[in-house]
Amino acid sequence: MDNGNIIEVKNLTKNFGKFAAVDDISFSVKKGEIFGLLGPNGAGKSTTLRMLSTLSRPTRGTATIGGYDTVKHDMEVRKLIGIVSEKMIIYNRLTAKENLSFFGSLFNIPKDTLNKRIDNLLELVQLTKWKNAQVGTFSTGMRQRMNVVRALLNMPQVLFLDEPTLGLDPQSSVEIRDFIKKLNQEQGTTVIITTHMMVDADLLCDRIAIVDHGKIIALDTSTNLKKIISGADTMIVKLEIANLTPDLVASIKALKCADAVTQENSTSLHLIVHGEAAFDNIIDAVREKSGKITSMANLQPSLEDVFLHITGHEVRDNADQKIPMEHNPKFGASPRRVR
Amino acid sequence: MRDMTVKTILQHSFRIAWKDLTELFRNRLGLVLLIVMPLFMMVMVGFIYPSNGTINDLKIGVVNEDTGFNDVFAPSQSFLMGLNQINDQTHMLIMSNVSSVADIKDMVQRGQLQGGIVIPSNFSESLMTGQQGTLIIVSDDSNPQISITIQSALRGVFDAMGTALAQQNLNTTNIAVIKPFNVQTQGVVSGNPSYFDFIAPGIMAMTVMMSVMTGLPVAISQEKEIGTMDGMMVAPINRLSILLGKTLAQTARGLIQGVIILALAIGIFGVAIQGSILLVFALLLLGVFSFVGLGIVITSFTKDQETAQMLMMTLMFPMMFLSGVFFPIQQMPWYMQTISKALPLTYASDALRKVMVLGAGIPQIANELIILIVFGIVMIAIALPVFRRMMTR
Repeated sequence: MDNGNIIEVKNLTKNFGKFAAVDDISFSVKKGEIFGLLGPNGAGKSTTLRMLSTLSRPTRGTATIGGYDTVKHDMEVRKLIGIVSEKMIIYNRLTAKENLSFFGSLFNIPKDTLNKRIDNLLELVQLTKWKNAQVGTFSTGMRQRMNVVRALLNMPQVLFLDEPTLGLDPQSSVEIRDFIKKLNQEQGTTVIITTHMMVDADLLCDRIAIVDHGKIIALDTSTNLKKIISGADTMIVKLEIANLTPDLVASIKALKCADAVTQENSTSLHLIVHGEAAFDNIIDAVREKSGKITSMANLQPSLEDVFLHITGHEVRDNADQKIPMEHNPKFGASPRRVR
Repeated sequence: MRDMTVKTILQHSFRIAWKDLTELFRNRLGLVLLIVMPLFMMVMVGFIYPSNGTINDLKIGVVNEDTGFNDVFAPSQSFLMGLNQINDQTHMLIMSNVSSVADIKDMVQRGQLQGGIVIPSNFSESLMTGQQGTLIIVSDDSNPQISITIQSALRGVFDAMGTALAQQNLNTTNIAVIKPFNVQTQGVVSGNPSYFDFIAPGIMAMTVMMSVMTGLPVAISQEKEIGTMDGMMVAPINRLSILLGKTLAQTARGLIQGVIILALAIGIFGVAIQGSILLVFALLLLGVFSFVGLGIVITSFTKDQETAQMLMMTLMFPMMFLSGVFFPIQQMPWYMQTISKALPLTYASDALRKVMVLGAGIPQIANELIILIVFGIVMIAIALPVFRRMMTR
């Protein structure tokens, strides 16, 4: 705790049978930080979160929260944390107030204090009007707001959020993001958030750990992560071709300078390329197949590109798809580990 | 560990139980089914009266009160000899001598006998003075099927013996009664118990005990599946509170159903309760206790609700039919009876039946009580470590 770290994770591992869902990860989180775990489904983010929040027992390694070991002092850890998991922790047949009263009562909070806190929290997320309505009648956005304030009943020092914007419309997502940001700034709550949404990670997190196949493959601020790309003589190119054919896509993919090629729709391609001659090579390849280039733009790298660059596959990729252990040999720069 | 006093564990479990029951009572369809299910079961099973099968080795007590006629006991002695001879061939009965009718009734209530034969004091006198000799068949009314089987079997034997005796008398003496035996039947309880009296206690025991065995896994796996279980698991509460709270809620649900069945049985089907109603409820609670451990073990092995439901059906059907809830276990082949004797529901429904129909008190059901308590303790001792491991997976 002396070094300002509220969470310390050392060699944390979780095996399910022979499969390592979380594979020997170590990191620490500073007090008051918003820390993101970014990666595709099945990368081990949720499992990591479950171990940190005492819901799952690590196979190996340790994690401490506020100096308390998550296994040996699980009760102490539970007092310090709140979780918002992917599945909403609320009972549809109970009213908003009943839900919060029930969960609050499990924390031994005195009744008066609890009632006051419930009123404040409901006010905070504009649900006071629906206090006595059954949660089952709420919209998804309202229920997620309920789900978030539920985790705040014990005024946690650390708030764990597992995919908090999953399945929400853009406006509700913005509301939740703003709420988390506000909470972090006003209460100083440390926030650990897992997401596969680049926007969430980019807009919210002070630092981001990119997780893939149970390992942290990069950990830094969003800005620094993006520098991996610009520093590696790599460019992001958006290419519009009016008469795009599979044959043409294949020949672009075959180019030596193309690290990753993603087809966005019937006419546009998203490319990560390297080398001085990259633009010429692409244009030559397109001309050769008599393709018509309607536009070609050099884009700012996004976190998605960073992920693609480091892992060689997309965040949306299916998790059970096997990725070769060594990274794409076509990379000009070998995948680097930040930190 | 300062927060983990018994008081806080109980407080938390009451809150969880209260939450569960609030959810239950807001589920209208669920509530309707809660009432309809036992009603259906009573009506359906109550009107399908099972047929009589042949039964072997019925345990019968024999009371010989015959005082003889001028110190001659010939008629009752030859009757018993004849009965033994027939039985040696058919093996229908296992006879034992009992000293009085009251003892027969007591032993029937304890389940040591299934019926009895009484030779009244004036048996020899009547026969030797040219009158009909009365024979009384005592049968267990709480079990109509056994009762009817015993009655018809014994009546058949007695009639055959009577005819033989009449022919013999006709040849040797001039005093002959065409039908020398007057066979009367007597139940263990007053009144005229019906099949509903037989199944109502069984269905009550089954519903209440099953509610814990099946309700607990379903309730817990459902919360695990929708994710709300995590909300309780990250709260600084003892895991026992979750288990206890859920058990309390399921027990309450089961008892409500039990009361509904009782009300239906009394109100619609005319069932009368002979014994203490307090003892009835105590027995239901004991039944719940004996099933809690089993419920927890099943909970620990089922990950999702669907599996829980399937497992529940798989276990429920054999239990329903092997525990003598609907059909007397004496009708089953011996291997089925052996399985039946390993099921706690058998003892709970037996004890409940004895109390409700036969008016038995604690001494008459002591065996069942001990078995249920021991079974409950053993199962809980197995269940708690299993549950602990499951919770920290």
